[in-house]
Amino acid sequence: MTEETALQRVKFYQTGTHTVGNRLIDKGARSVQSSMDRSNAITSGHRACQGCGEALGARYALDAAMRAAEGQLVAVNATGCLEVFTTPYPETSWQIPWLHSLFGNAPAVATGVAAAMRRKGRSEVKVVAQGGDGGTTDIGFGCLSGMFERNDDVLYLCYDNEGYMNTGVQRSSATPPTARTATTPALGDAPGNVFGTGKNLPLIAMAHNIPYVATASVAYLHDLEDKVTKAMHIPGARYIHIMVPCPLGWGTASDATIHIARMAVESGLFPLFEAEHGEVTRSNKIRRRVPVKDYLAPQRRFAHLFKKGQEDTTRIARLQRMADANIERFNLLGERESP
Amino acid sequence: MLKQIEGSIAVAEAIALCRPEVVCAYPITPQTHIVEGVGALVKSGALENCEFINVESEFAALSVAIGASAAGARTYTATASQGILFMAEAVYNAAGLGLPIVMTIGNRAIGAPINIWNDHTDAMSVKDAGWIQLFAETNQEAVDLHIQAFRLAEELSSPVMVCMDGFILTHAYERIDVPTQEEIDAFLPPYDPVQVLDPVEPYSIGAMVGPEAFTEVRYLAHEKQLQALRLIPEIGAVFKDVFDRESGGLIHPYRTEGAETIAVALGSVNGTIKEVVDAMRDEGAAVGSISICSFRPFPLDELEATLAGAKHVVVIEKSLAPGLGGILASNVRMALREMAVPVYTVIAGLGGRPITMASLRGILEAAAKGRLPDVQFLDLDHGAVEREILRARGIRRSGPTAENILKSLGAAAVAGDE
Amino acid sequence: MFQVRIHGRGGQGVVTAAELLSVAAFTEDKYAQAFPSFGSERMGAPVVSYCRMDDKEIRLREPISAPDALIIQDPTLLHSVDVFKGLNPQGYILINSRRTFEELGIAEYVARFPAHHVCCVGATELALRHVGRPLPNAALLGGFAAISGQIHFDSVEQAILEKFSGDVGAANAAAAREAFDIAKAMGAKGMTAC
Repeated sequence: MTEETALQRVKFYQTGTHTVGNRLIDKGARSVQSSMDRSNAITSGHRACQGCGEALGARYALDAAMRAAEGQLVAVNATGCLEVFTTPYPETSWQIPWLHSLFGNAPAVATGVAAAMRRKGRSEVKVVAQGGDGGTTDIGFGCLSGMFERNDDVLYLCYDNEGYMNTGVQRSSATPPTARTATTPALGDAPGNVFGTGKNLPLIAMAHNIPYVATASVAYLHDLEDKVTKAMHIPGARYIHIMVPCPLGWGTASDATIHIARMAVESGLFPLFEAEHGEVTRSNKIRRRVPVKDYLAPQRRFAHLFKKGQEDTTRIARLQRMADANIERFNLLGERESP
Repeated sequence: MLKQIEGSIAVAEAIALCRPEVVCAYPITPQTHIVEGVGALVKSGALENCEFINVESEFAALSVAIGASAAGARTYTATASQGILFMAEAVYNAAGLGLPIVMTIGNRAIGAPINIWNDHTDAMSVKDAGWIQLFAETNQEAVDLHIQAFRLAEELSSPVMVCMDGFILTHAYERIDVPTQEEIDAFLPPYDPVQVLDPVEPYSIGAMVGPEAFTEVRYLAHEKQLQALRLIPEIGAVFKDVFDRESGGLIHPYRTEGAETIAVALGSVNGTIKEVVDAMRDEGAAVGSISICSFRPFPLDELEATLAGAKHVVVIEKSLAPGLGGILASNVRMALREMAVPVYTVIAGLGGRPITMASLRGILEAAAKGRLPDVQFLDLDHGAVEREILRARGIRRSGPTAENILKSLGAAAVAGDE
Repeated sequence: MFQVRIHGRGGQGVVTAAELLSVAAFTEDKYAQAFPSFGSERMGAPVVSYCRMDDKEIRLREPISAPDALIIQDPTLLHSVDVFKGLNPQGYILINSRRTFEELGIAEYVARFPAHHVCCVGATELALRHVGRPLPNAALLGGFAAISGQIHFDSVEQAILEKFSGDVGAANAAAAREAFDIAKAMGAKGMTAC
């Protein structure tokens, strides 16, 4: 069975989820994480919050990258939660060579590492750079765009939790409209983050015509691993944008991370797709569509939309239209021929 | 080999002979000719095994250098002026991580008002970032200091900044002895990093350090600079053995024996100062000068010893600490803390204002007579600043200062012509 | 020490002229220092470059305010920039023009200098004829070698051939040679223009 058919045709879902169990599929198609020889790139004992989406996403992504690189991997990290919770001096969770320089320069630092490896005759050593949405879409954006346009041999992983969570939940350019953050309080005529702002980094990455761009989610870990594995086998600049809910910043229960992440995808607000050289090649189809309301309501950052007796139907409808537009744009219901 | 060559191109050739493996380039006047020169040598194949990376900003330039250096490559970049401010965060980071990057600064003023000409404000803005800062007096020394910088950086595992005056040195054609590959190879061993990103032996570099250890880490940064105080003269001595000329070291005293008035300065202005010293010495004046080559680490002991007999110390500096006066002068005062000697600050050459023999002579003569104010701006147009101060006092919306001064000077010039 | 100041306009090769002069001096084992007026001037703006020559190391770093010789690459600067400022009373003046000093309106001024120290050469025309481009800088250096005697023509020629390869070098050298001959002939006849 090929990877593709494993993803598309297997129907053995675990009860109550849409995730197929590893036991039920081919050995070769099983997740990296289920393997005894996974690298544990980020080993246990780190200090992430309970239910941290980023810790989970990074672990899966890096173990998949490690397997693809046959252990020859260097990781560069932007400043942020991931950096802080993995390296409280003098401890470190990193089992791989790891470099943290600054908040805004991880792509450029990774470029330097890759260049050095090439010159040192170590081109088998692969380089990943990683950062949160603040470090990627805002302060590191210039360096990221430079890394993209030079097509430097780096896989960049953005762990998107839609805000500056490390500094206490402030707005980033990845924060969705209406979301309450410390700098977009739920006050006034336009509570929370305003509509018409923000940037879509996967689309911007695609505009650089780099060989590979994908979005992924911690609700679909097998898909995340597949995308990382695929990216690791492509030379040049690659970008994977991974949605990682933040229980603290989003105001969700720590055991709801996967559920929330799944609803972001199933509502259409966070489309999962792959693109090569600027063209979308595949999107993950939504299996059971949910209204955005179901995604928004459990999150305290959207609580002002759901006040008792005065639900903000206007803004909820507007968010629904955003989801609908994504579904149309990325063919998330599979209503058209591919992609 | 002796060549009549532009300073920037000579430095580029010297850099290439040092076999850098990663060079990051971002244009800013007046350092551009250097990285262009290195780039041409990479493109032509003359410099083999080197990645020449055109980046999108100075911040990226030094960030790429940080990654490359941490992965074990000999790494070089260059910048100036606003460029060093734009990369300032990475400047501190490279030093904090102890990465032996060599970077040229083609010294230039910092705006506003925007100004492309020479002074030392850019280097001074990062003087305490933890980099070693060496100042070249001539283009020959600029070439030699870059070669020494790689050795110094890699022995200490510390970044080194070689400062050469923008335009005055970078764009000057002079006679320069550009070394051979054999000479450089004899002087500069391959880079053997003390820390390197390698899957064979994985390290975490750049971890968060809390109050329990931060002071100790910072102390070690200070201690590294103190080691450099010892190492810089040692490397200069080895350099002399291989290349048969004096270059580098901590300070260059000139005719300081028996000198009562001693000028102290950084960089190329020392050439002009030496001419003034010679002229005044010929007339019997007891004057001398010291060119400080190593500004960081700062050679307190050497300065104290050399200035021991002086009665007047005149610090001529191309930088200004607004609200205080001199930056170099403050450091020199630190060296003379045990001595009751007046240290005069002369702010000179800001934004490319020529520093002439005539003006310097006036300063040294006034200093010898004890007639210099504590802080003096060399060749300041007092009339222009007085007029602007008065004007601004009279009108609330007095407008932008720089433009007003230009207007005022223009009006004065027209009046003078009539 | 002998100091030369070169005036011209951006795009005329003013900086290259100073560089070439310094290289010519270098080939004669002299110390030389050439540098531009450090501007950000664009094409057509007045620009200045400098060259010092000496038998010992040149340490002085200030711009040349009291030149021993002036090379003026564009005569339209004569009345817009104080090109003669600080000139040594026994100094040299070389102007790129086919006109006479009278026609340029500076006859009275140049009369103060020894007659063989001042000269006009139509270097732009020489460059156009030999090189095909109106770049007078190399040709003028031939004229400078002739009137100043500070540098041998052979050194100027060598510097030009080092800087410009192939036909361009040969053409510039030929233009410089002709300018040298013209200026020499002027000097011999005590004439000040061609």
